[in-house]
Amino acid sequence: MAITTLQAAIAEHVRDGDTVALEGFTHLIPFAAGQEIIRQRRRGLHLVRMTPDLIYDQMIGAGCADRLTFSWGGNPGVGSAHRVRDAIENGWPGTLVINEHSHAGMAAAYVAGAARLPFGLLRGYRGTDLPRVNPTIRQVTCPYTGEQLATVPALNPDVTILHAQKADRAGNVLVSGILGAQKEAGLAARKLLVTVEEIVDALEAPMNGIVLPNWVVTAVACVPGGAWPSYARGYYSRDNAFYIAWDEIARDRATFTAWLDRFVRGTADFAGFIAALRAAGAGP
Amino acid sequence: MSAAARPAWTPDEMMTVTAARMLWNRCVCFVGIGLPSAAANLARLLHAPDIVLIYESGTIGTRPNVLPLSIGDGELADTAAAVVPLPEIFAYWLQGGRVDVGFLGAAQVDRFGNLNSTVIGPYDKPKTRLPGAGGAPEIAMHARQVFVVLKQSPRSFVGEVAFKSSAGFLGGHGARKATGATGAGPQAIITDYGVMKPQAGSEEFELVARYEHVAVADAVAATGWPLQVAADVAVLPPPTQDELAVLRDLHRRTREANSRPVKLPV
Repeated sequence: MAITTLQAAIAEHVRDGDTVALEGFTHLIPFAAGQEIIRQRRRGLHLVRMTPDLIYDQMIGAGCADRLTFSWGGNPGVGSAHRVRDAIENGWPGTLVINEHSHAGMAAAYVAGAARLPFGLLRGYRGTDLPRVNPTIRQVTCPYTGEQLATVPALNPDVTILHAQKADRAGNVLVSGILGAQKEAGLAARKLLVTVEEIVDALEAPMNGIVLPNWVVTAVACVPGGAWPSYARGYYSRDNAFYIAWDEIARDRATFTAWLDRFVRGTADFAGFIAALRAAGAGP
Repeated sequence: MSAAARPAWTPDEMMTVTAARMLWNRCVCFVGIGLPSAAANLARLLHAPDIVLIYESGTIGTRPNVLPLSIGDGELADTAAAVVPLPEIFAYWLQGGRVDVGFLGAAQVDRFGNLNSTVIGPYDKPKTRLPGAGGAPEIAMHARQVFVVLKQSPRSFVGEVAFKSSAGFLGGHGARKATGATGAGPQAIITDYGVMKPQAGSEEFELVARYEHVAVADAVAATGWPLQVAADVAVLPPPTQDELAVLRDLHRRTREANSRPVKLPV
């Protein structure tokens, strides 16, 4: 485990062609890390995420990925993830191969990955067309009851990236609030990178709190605000107004590209991104 | 609808109120975002104060003061009885058989209550790529019963969905049961014209109730298949003053919350 900068962590640990999962279910979405991957111009990534929303809209629109494993892709409560949609519908900015699940199926795949089992098991997908378009969704017969159960291959990302509230100086990470599949995705990965709101002397984790101990964490970087426009419970709320505003920004290729060039590719880091948004009167 | 007879509420409000009335106190309801979420919270604020609302983000027994924009807004966690990891919500709570009602929306529903939220046109060459199934396939499979809330039009109410994101009665006539699906499937579709329920035997949805200002012919015209009409179509009572006031106040609080600027502490 190393406490480092986000730039150094991405530069060292995320390679072109890697399978990379940025998890966090509406809460604690690692936006700063995703944008750093855009700045460092990674290509050919297989992106994995239950709910590809604004951060994958940005990464896919920026041309970082050619594969996507997911179970729901949109702008929650607002509408389409326009850049994800454009990639699937029109191959812009490049072809995007999709591997589509339900939430329950994808959660089972992460659980299996964390447990280093070959597949996840669920009573699911019955009567749906998902197994028809995703041949990795298969069936086994229960050896005890004879019931047909659905299986999904384990997800084991090369790198999982999470955002959390805090880490201590030894790199132990504490997460609280809505977790999504953060813990499972983190433990399923070969490498785990975590950005945090703050680094503290003592973690003071409650018993049964979700702690990722430093020996399963590859690197920690302190990036305050790094989940914006999603949120970090105890630090700031979800910027629903930005999610609504994103619909207009992302709808059009030119508007999106201009936004990305100005605020992400045109800034040195996340603090620069926030400062540029504020200077434009559009910052949190 | 004639101008003289225009009611003092919108079809959306009537639909939300009607959906809310179908929920009962202490029922365990797995809630989708959007219209289902508005209806479930309206029920909680009116006649079902002890309803247990579960959102797939892992919030159990949540009592939000404003409607969440996303399925994982902080409001849902802050007001929940328990917040659990997402794999657990699907495995232990939904698949474990603890949910009475799955409350879902979709882009399209068909005559057998199958839902499409995945794609319009061919999957490999989509005309419109939709967000995808999310939690719905297993909610539709495991909840003891499912209610669907969806605005009616011939484009959203189609004879057969091109993609089954979530199974209703499949082709009807017992096809769902034969798959071993655990829950009873969709038992009502609440629209902005009225309510449809599955016919015994065929399991095809038919119009069983309409709103006061809606003609049966209009409901049929807004449906993309030859909609069967029950022999005795009930007329649903209009929203009460109380229902409308609580719903409008909920929407007002939600709009206020969504327009409140967020300040990063850095």
